[in-house]
Amino acid sequence: MDDLNEKAARNRKIKHAIFIVILIILFICFIFPFVLVVINVFKTKADITSDPLALVGKHGFTLDNFPEAMRKMDFWKSFMNSAIITITSTIITIALSSMAAYVLVRNKWKACGALFGMMIASMVIPFQVLMIPIVSLYGGILGILSHRTTLIFMHVGFSSSMATFMFHGAINTNVPIALEEAGTIDGCSRWQIYWKIVFPLLKPTIATVAIIDAMAFWNDYLLPSLVLAKKELYTIPIATQAFYGTYSTDIGLVMAALLLAMLPILILYLFLQRYIVEGVTSGAVK
Amino acid sequence: MNTNTMSYKFRQFMMFAGLTTIAFASVVIIPFIYGLYLTLTSWDGVSRDKPFVGLANYASTFADSAYWQALGRTLIYSVIAVVLVNVVAFILAFLVTSGVKGQNFFRAGFFIPNLIGGIVLGYIWKFVFNRALVAVGSAITSGTATSLLATTNGAMFCMIIVSVWQYAGYMMLIYVAGFMSVSADVLEAARIDGCTNMQSIIHISIPLMVSSFVQCLFLTVTRCFMVYDVNLSLTNGEPFNSSVMAAMHVYNQAFTYKNYGTGQAEAMILFIVCAVVGVLQVYIGKKAEVSA
Repeated sequence: MDDLNEKAARNRKIKHAIFIVILIILFICFIFPFVLVVINVFKTKADITSDPLALVGKHGFTLDNFPEAMRKMDFWKSFMNSAIITITSTIITIALSSMAAYVLVRNKWKACGALFGMMIASMVIPFQVLMIPIVSLYGGILGILSHRTTLIFMHVGFSSSMATFMFHGAINTNVPIALEEAGTIDGCSRWQIYWKIVFPLLKPTIATVAIIDAMAFWNDYLLPSLVLAKKELYTIPIATQAFYGTYSTDIGLVMAALLLAMLPILILYLFLQRYIVEGVTSGAVK
Repeated sequence: MNTNTMSYKFRQFMMFAGLTTIAFASVVIIPFIYGLYLTLTSWDGVSRDKPFVGLANYASTFADSAYWQALGRTLIYSVIAVVLVNVVAFILAFLVTSGVKGQNFFRAGFFIPNLIGGIVLGYIWKFVFNRALVAVGSAITSGTATSLLATTNGAMFCMIIVSVWQYAGYMMLIYVAGFMSVSADVLEAARIDGCTNMQSIIHISIPLMVSSFVQCLFLTVTRCFMVYDVNLSLTNGEPFNSSVMAAMHVYNQAFTYKNYGTGQAEAMILFIVCAVVGVLQVYIGKKAEVSA
């Protein structure tokens, strides 16, 4: 018997060793492109062109690519634009969508059913169907493109259906109606009940929506590129695209620009990794 | 207070859902309806008036062979990418739930491509294909290798590789959730009955994970079908417009060639495809739930 157990344990160890080797190989494949960028960002243009795979170039280690790329893509300005737009849109989406979800869950009015139905149905509409009318309406007729506020408003509108849907589910299952009744008896208004009782109970969903939406807003390219035509309003994805269009041959600068564009979110991932992985999973599974 | 009057209901609704309704309606509902109207006009994007042309835009859509080629190309790309993404994601999920050391580290690592926007990912891979792999190829053949991105089939092949790399980590997380939801009791019962690992995956885990499969399949189908960012940065339709996907074709039709009406009509056809996929998802999702 001992012999059999030992054999099984040894088999499991061998199996795990094989799995780990496969995982490491796959992992290297997955991060290889990033590693390549990191290696080449510290080389001169000539060294990258002559041998992109060498760890250190013939002309040695250099940091010159960073300041120049930062200046040319106006990194801090586009970083600030991205940050302002992402943070504001995420906060407004969470506040407004959760409030809307609350009134939709707790009332059986016709307007509630109609709004929720339209939101669910609208989830199949791809952005490409809306982009031409949006440019025509907001650019041609209203003339309010090229403002951060317009983009924030659009982000809120586009993400409202998914966010409302998720809060709808959360309020339905996690907020006991008895708590709200207790609040009413104690003299709370609907508004107070919502902010003092319901909203604090939604924390896990708030985290999920915040992570999913913030990542989507931060990385979005197509909508911001249509709305923000002015250079001083560029977000990081647009600045990267514009930078590549102008300096694509200056490969050292391109490497620095790409690394700079990735860094903010990678640094955030380092600290919030667990929350991001959990948030994305629970957001997708709903 | 009477809570059954129209004015009370209206005030409550507007207080909580008013702003959301306005934002949602003005960027989704109104543009959608206005877009339907645009398909019936020929607008050049500049002039104030939009001449009414009836169904002429749909006629030119059907005559636009480049559009149908792009659509066909997108379909082929989507089918291959969806299958590969899901196979890779399932294998990754299996490996990172098998109890090996450091599985959380691997999970976090495989997810990294999803954190970064398509524009940046496309340019990184452009560098990999155009410089790094060319350098490897030249070293092996000791001549000058050409980039995969410079050949028609090669460019599409690159799009597929990047998509698999981009989405596999995300789908892996959903499959991981699926693997975790399979109860350990059932698996142990199977092991006692003499199932091998392979058998218990095929006959127990996979049937119990149907909802994960449905979800991943539809997520990848819609994402691949509407691909734009990676297409723009990685290939930009090159070489010779041989890698223009449907979404990029619509964008070019409207914003490059200024045929807004035709562009919108072509977008509407994409919408119909997405709507069919969406309805299928709900339908199949419901069925899968019953059987699981």
